[in-house]
Amino acid sequence: MDSISKKTKDSPNSTDSPESTHPSSFPDEVLEGVLSLLSFNKDRSSVSLVCKDWYNAERWTRTKVFIGNCYSVSPEIVARRFPKIRSIILKGKPRFSDFNLVPENWGADIQSWLVVFARVYPFLEELRLKRMTVSDESLEFLAASFPGFKALSLSSCDGFSTDGLKAIATHCKNLIELDIQDNGMDDFGGGWLSCFPENFASLEVLNFASLNSEVNFDALERLVTRCKSLKVLRVNKGITLEQLQRLLMRAPQLMELGTGSFQQDLTPRQCAELESAFSNCKNLHTVSGLWEANSLNLPILYPACASLVFLNLIDATLQSGELAKLLAHCPNLRRLWVQDTVEDKGLEAVGSCCPLLEELRVFPADPFDPDILHGVTESGFVAVSRGCRRLRYVLYFCRQMTNAAVATIVQNCPDFTHFRLCIINPGQPDHLTNEPMDEAFGAVVKTCTKLQRLSVSGLLTDLTFEYIGKYAKNLETLSVAFAGSSDRGMQCVLGGCSKLRKLEIRDCPFGNAALLSGLEKYESMRSLWMSACNVTMNGCRLLAREMPWLNVEVMKDEESDDSHADKVYVYRSVAGPRRDAPPFVMTL
Amino acid sequence: MDSFVGHENDLNLKATELRLGLPGTDESEKEMMCSFKNNKRASPESVEDSESVAGSDDKHGNRETPAAKTQVIGWPPVRSYRKNCLQPKKAEAETGIYVKVSMDGAPYLRKIDLKVYNCYPELLKALENMFKITIGEYSEREGYQGSEYAPTYEDKDGDWMLVGDVPWDMFMSSCKRLRIMKGSEARGLGCA
Repeated sequence: MDSISKKTKDSPNSTDSPESTHPSSFPDEVLEGVLSLLSFNKDRSSVSLVCKDWYNAERWTRTKVFIGNCYSVSPEIVARRFPKIRSIILKGKPRFSDFNLVPENWGADIQSWLVVFARVYPFLEELRLKRMTVSDESLEFLAASFPGFKALSLSSCDGFSTDGLKAIATHCKNLIELDIQDNGMDDFGGGWLSCFPENFASLEVLNFASLNSEVNFDALERLVTRCKSLKVLRVNKGITLEQLQRLLMRAPQLMELGTGSFQQDLTPRQCAELESAFSNCKNLHTVSGLWEANSLNLPILYPACASLVFLNLIDATLQSGELAKLLAHCPNLRRLWVQDTVEDKGLEAVGSCCPLLEELRVFPADPFDPDILHGVTESGFVAVSRGCRRLRYVLYFCRQMTNAAVATIVQNCPDFTHFRLCIINPGQPDHLTNEPMDEAFGAVVKTCTKLQRLSVSGLLTDLTFEYIGKYAKNLETLSVAFAGSSDRGMQCVLGGCSKLRKLEIRDCPFGNAALLSGLEKYESMRSLWMSACNVTMNGCRLLAREMPWLNVEVMKDEESDDSHADKVYVYRSVAGPRRDAPPFVMTL
Repeated sequence: MDSFVGHENDLNLKATELRLGLPGTDESEKEMMCSFKNNKRASPESVEDSESVAGSDDKHGNRETPAAKTQVIGWPPVRSYRKNCLQPKKAEAETGIYVKVSMDGAPYLRKIDLKVYNCYPELLKALENMFKITIGEYSEREGYQGSEYAPTYEDKDGDWMLVGDVPWDMFMSSCKRLRIMKGSEARGLGCA
């Protein structure tokens, strides 16, 4: 180890070639052997900064690369630095594209990456894409270019159809994982599933829950039967309970199951068979799907509930009583996703039945209907916090909240790392006191010192952001909408949150002064999004001029005046300005 | 006269109020101001203004209920793919099962909320009132024999069924739309 420390003291940024003045008693092969054991890229990044030898050893041994913003780097630069990549995670569009704030054909097309990868990484095995545009041609190209390809995961992507899936199923002979999550894709039928060859048996993960078309059940059953290592199976709602029973009998080794429709009228014998099938699945720890589940059929699950760790009821639309009965059987639950049809009463059951709960997500069943007054309130959240002291991740959509409730909640659960509260009506105050919700989020950041991600909502003044800047020292991601009083709010955040990486803002009164106060900050961040704020084109031009390593992109709305910068996306990049930007994206 | 005004609420003048619009709609609760127009932020002052408009009798505490038509792009932040799945689910939430009702020869369709009714006689009576017709009584053997009209519904499989054959709950969950058949076509349905 002495020779290593000697190296770091003498030549941290040395331009000498490694062989020249510092003969090492630590040969490259040994260093590479050691470094290849490093799995976390954060560690690898640290290692690569030690000295040139370590930088080289690290780049030769890195097999997985994570690119959080596909435009921060180019495929050529990645290929040059890392010659031995087998697994790639790529994220494309800004997150607000999930909510229709980014026009179609914005970019983030995978094709240019695939072309480079096919040349440099013929042994590529895994590709996980989020918010990228993926065409069927790209999927066909992928299937043809990488003979050892094993795992494909597509989440919030768009541009492809079931035809592309056919190519994957037909040609990827070594496929282990096919994970199709919520995507903007065209569904031309379930025939893609029948494209897996009859001798193909390597699948371990199959998720097609978000596809609507029915697949051929016989083909699915045969596939499940021969894939003895299948661990994750998420079918779509075209699969009936009767069919599910047959699948479970073929795959009792399953660890994660997404059921199909849970609505069928069952005879007592069918019920018994299903219960038996569920109790045979000794490794089952995650269940999702459960479309149209009703109180008659839910008890089928009970035999599997004791070992459940993650229950995703987002498609199940349960009422409070049904949820309570189900959760009574799930004492080991760590993660729960529900719709707000369960109401506060359902959440009380969560608090009393699931003391080990770490993550809760409550989604609105009718998010866009302004007449809806049902759902969950502050009481439900408080009830959960009383019973589930280990909560660290919450996403909560509600129609009313109070400062006092949030203060109680974080007092009960100080370990939050992710606190995402969405009061559905923009700018709504504390419904009891009529005050802004500043103190609520003040309590969150003061109490939850481990907080990494925060989404704020409700009526908020600059005080909220003063609190955030002052106390949220571990905050990495902040989402703000319809909040703040002046530039000062954003300035406090940019000045105070030293670990901030992602900042997304919409419909706030932050202008050029706020934007420009973060000049140096943005280089240490992944990205900044500001839409419908008070930023002007001149402000953006100034930012672009001062910071050449940032890409400053503006998209203008149709009716806006010339000086207003309607949508601003700022991100650091070593690849320079985008070369594939569509006409509506102005790079400044 | 003063005491008359003071007791306005007790006389329930709203019920006899003359106004345009179908009975059952209530416009007054929707008049609260929305402080957020599309993509523009309201200052805190205008928020306070709209609170005084909302008044103190709002049981649910939703002082910022926007007008029915106002909707902000991309808000609340729920994924659009999920949005497409959620809208058909409205039938399963507490808000009512609205189905279209067509009658042969009528110029336009109507909509009714099946959840409002607890049994077939109530539903049939409502249909009779709505279209000013007589449907009569259901019999398992004869259907609606004797009536010029036969209420039918489209079920989940896309088949047209006679209203009344299956238990009410099963009907509620499988009925996609209603059609009141008229004339000889209707009489034909009564036969086995």
